[in-house]
Amino acid sequence: MTSAATTHDDHHDHGPETGWMRWVTTTNHKDIGTMYLVFALAMLFVGGCMILAVRAELFEPGLQFVDPGFFNSMTTMHALVMVFGAVMPAYAGLANWMIPMMIGAPDMALPRMNNMSFWVLVFAVLLLASTLFMEGGAPAAGWTLYPPLVLQSGDNLPFAVFSVHLLGISSILASINIIVTVLNMRAPGMTLMKMPLFCWTWLITAFLLIAVLPVFAAAVTMLLTDAHFGTSFFDAAGGGDPVLYQHLFWFFGHPEVYIIILPAFGVISTIVPTFSRKRLFGYSSMVYATGSIAFLSLIVWAHHQFTVGMPLAGELYFMYATMLIAVPTGVKVFNWTATMWRGSLSFETPMLFSVGFIILFTLGGFTGLMLATAPADFQYHDSYFVVAHFHYTLVVGGTFPVFAAVYYWLPKWTGHLYDEKLGQLHFWLTAIAFNITFMPQHFLGLAGMPRRIPDYAIQFADFNMISSIGAFILGFSQLIFAYVVYQAIKGGEKASAEVWENASKMGLEWTVPSPAPYHTFTRAPEIE
Amino acid sequence: MNNTKNLLRGILVSALFRAGIANADYTLNMPVGVTKISREVHDLHMMVIWICFGIGLVVFGVMFYSFYHHRKSRGAVAATFHENGAVEILWTLIPFIILISMAVPATRTMMDLDDTRYAELTIKVTGYQWKWRYDYIDEGFGFMSQLDANSNAARQLGSDVDPRSVENYLLNVDHPLVIPVNKKVRFLFTAADVLHSWWVPELGWKKDTVPGFINESWTLVDRPGTYRGQCAELCGRDHGFMPIVVIAKSQEDYSKWLAAQKAAIRANEASADKTWTKDELIAKGEEVYKANCASCHQAGGEGIPGTFPAIKGSAVATGALQQHIDLVLNGKGAMMPSFAAMLSATDLAAVITYQRNAFGNDAGDFVQPSQIAPLVKAPADDEDEVE
Repeated sequence: MTSAATTHDDHHDHGPETGWMRWVTTTNHKDIGTMYLVFALAMLFVGGCMILAVRAELFEPGLQFVDPGFFNSMTTMHALVMVFGAVMPAYAGLANWMIPMMIGAPDMALPRMNNMSFWVLVFAVLLLASTLFMEGGAPAAGWTLYPPLVLQSGDNLPFAVFSVHLLGISSILASINIIVTVLNMRAPGMTLMKMPLFCWTWLITAFLLIAVLPVFAAAVTMLLTDAHFGTSFFDAAGGGDPVLYQHLFWFFGHPEVYIIILPAFGVISTIVPTFSRKRLFGYSSMVYATGSIAFLSLIVWAHHQFTVGMPLAGELYFMYATMLIAVPTGVKVFNWTATMWRGSLSFETPMLFSVGFIILFTLGGFTGLMLATAPADFQYHDSYFVVAHFHYTLVVGGTFPVFAAVYYWLPKWTGHLYDEKLGQLHFWLTAIAFNITFMPQHFLGLAGMPRRIPDYAIQFADFNMISSIGAFILGFSQLIFAYVVYQAIKGGEKASAEVWENASKMGLEWTVPSPAPYHTFTRAPEIE
Repeated sequence: MNNTKNLLRGILVSALFRAGIANADYTLNMPVGVTKISREVHDLHMMVIWICFGIGLVVFGVMFYSFYHHRKSRGAVAATFHENGAVEILWTLIPFIILISMAVPATRTMMDLDDTRYAELTIKVTGYQWKWRYDYIDEGFGFMSQLDANSNAARQLGSDVDPRSVENYLLNVDHPLVIPVNKKVRFLFTAADVLHSWWVPELGWKKDTVPGFINESWTLVDRPGTYRGQCAELCGRDHGFMPIVVIAKSQEDYSKWLAAQKAAIRANEASADKTWTKDELIAKGEEVYKANCASCHQAGGEGIPGTFPAIKGSAVATGALQQHIDLVLNGKGAMMPSFAAMLSATDLAAVITYQRNAFGNDAGDFVQPSQIAPLVKAPADDEDEVE
């Protein structure tokens, strides 16, 4: 259709700058997307190493390796690094790479801000990581940073708070950029309801981020002033309330899980049709379901606090509202199933990860339904059952679709086909090890094992050992992924522009050569 | 290569073998429990599981049928349909109906769980870092309850005690909570420092304890027995080491226990009047220190730099006695609690004396329980006045 070569304006013929300064000063959406993705992968390994320290300690009853205080730091930092360092940047990277190419735009709408949002993120995470080397250690009050416990932190608290501020700034800048890009830069003829679903889910996610991140920033600022400036927002002795923080946190924290999962839905809705060789079933209901999920996510937060002592009316309201989420989420799963139904299916690595996502995420949805049942949550809450549940939703939602997306678009990014055998090996090891790790945690929780404990009673020993073995396999399997990506960047079989059979009908990105030129769609494509 | 393989196999087999023998008593499902509420909760849990199982069977059934029959390698040709209004409305409505069928019984149980009226006995539960206090409000006495000494020894980093050799490892306490069976017991929950959560799975619920606020819940145990649980809300370094033990006794045994408790309290009060020797105080103080101070300030008094100050060589423990007493009785900052309400005058005198004369501290002086007694006003006394 169009390519950089056909343009008349020689400004657009620039390749990337040479040397390392390219990466510091770049405003190119592809470069920034690459940096986000590489950063996310690095953080996946950092966060992974942290949790392997935890799982090593939990391999057997008794304390063998780490002090309980350090253990708490590791669980806390694992969550913060994975959520803010790995998963969110991974989706931001995919958004940067793919949204302009999907809507036929030459770049993001605000390229300099794009550069800034990436580099702010890097410094935010470094600020957080610096607490590991402080006297008293890294934050250890859980990623939720609940007071009063978090106020007992040493020097790390202000650093963690400022890091959250910077992370928030980075995400809000990226969100503004995505909203402006999607609303203003679509190729002529691409109406909103013709837009690929990945753009839709990111558009809605960006609004969610802008809605909730300021609340989180405010809540942690209140922690800071409580700790250092004598306020008592969360101290009953001064007229405050520790539970107020939980309401503020979960007003952010619950939408946060949808901030992670909505772009994932977008990726799956992109990949499943390609490998079913069939259009996505129920496109418009997918859009409405995404909108409904985002809206509901803003009004269900206190289901994280059923045991905190809410009035009966509150318990019931949050139970009903939470159960409602099952409806639009169900629509999504049914639509994917109907997309595959009577398709012509093949199971290359991206499809394997997508199908793996649908199945395992549905299991996470089932346990979510169980947790929504308020009286039963009085048993499940803060037990390993919850740990199992949110790893089935967040690990599956935060990594499987990202892996699927990387395998799917890697030939487009690098111009080389990846090693399909190794990709499939990566999938099977990941999927099997994931279940070995997290399935037993359901049983542990139901049997009465609380979360965030460094040592446990003997009856929990078997399942913890199995879970730890699974975690190590899961962790080391990701080295295969790093290797496959490295291999495809270095060389390999040349990819065609279309890469996947008939993919050119599935999205504009498949109409440009592989690898995608440094500047694409400098002249807007035509949309039928 | 072969050697590595054998080694790995050896490790795996021995791990599984050992685990299989030592820990045969694992469970897969939520306990049914020993109260009406716990049984209702269990029923709800099973109902939702079966609903999910049914939905899963249908959805995954269709999916796997498709995976097999609609494969390109089997020559499947893709159909072209991509929407169907009727089907889409149907699979929006059916989940609605299923959800309502779940919400109705859940609402009923939730209302039961919330109804703390008509209790025959009220116990106040206070969460501390990292122990519990139980106050029998109607009886005017209370006590602290914390991890038992055997578990505590085995759980230390680098301990040479095998946790598997400790009975009820990490699920045993020095002073269990005792309640009568077939009586509705109301619990009032609060906390002294940070959030905790009081969870005994056999009772069917947990409840958070929030400093400065009071939460309520209730139970009615219908079978005598010992029921174990743990703190469920992250509360700092030793969150994993503050178990809960509830012993439900028949009314007769409960009354006997109550009488024994009251006698013991009177004896302890009497011991405060006696004149102790320094060595007696140091010996008792060591026990008290291990149980109450060592988890933060460490067994050797060296503390943890940046988090918990050292007692070894500290200005307080080697300086003026009165200042030391004030610190222990009143606490300091966010982390050092006031021990005035937690320990008896005898224990306080003993532990202060111990701290001044252990770890190479050479204050040399000591304090009599009778000197401490006027300074502490136990909460039990307050309630006596209320009566």
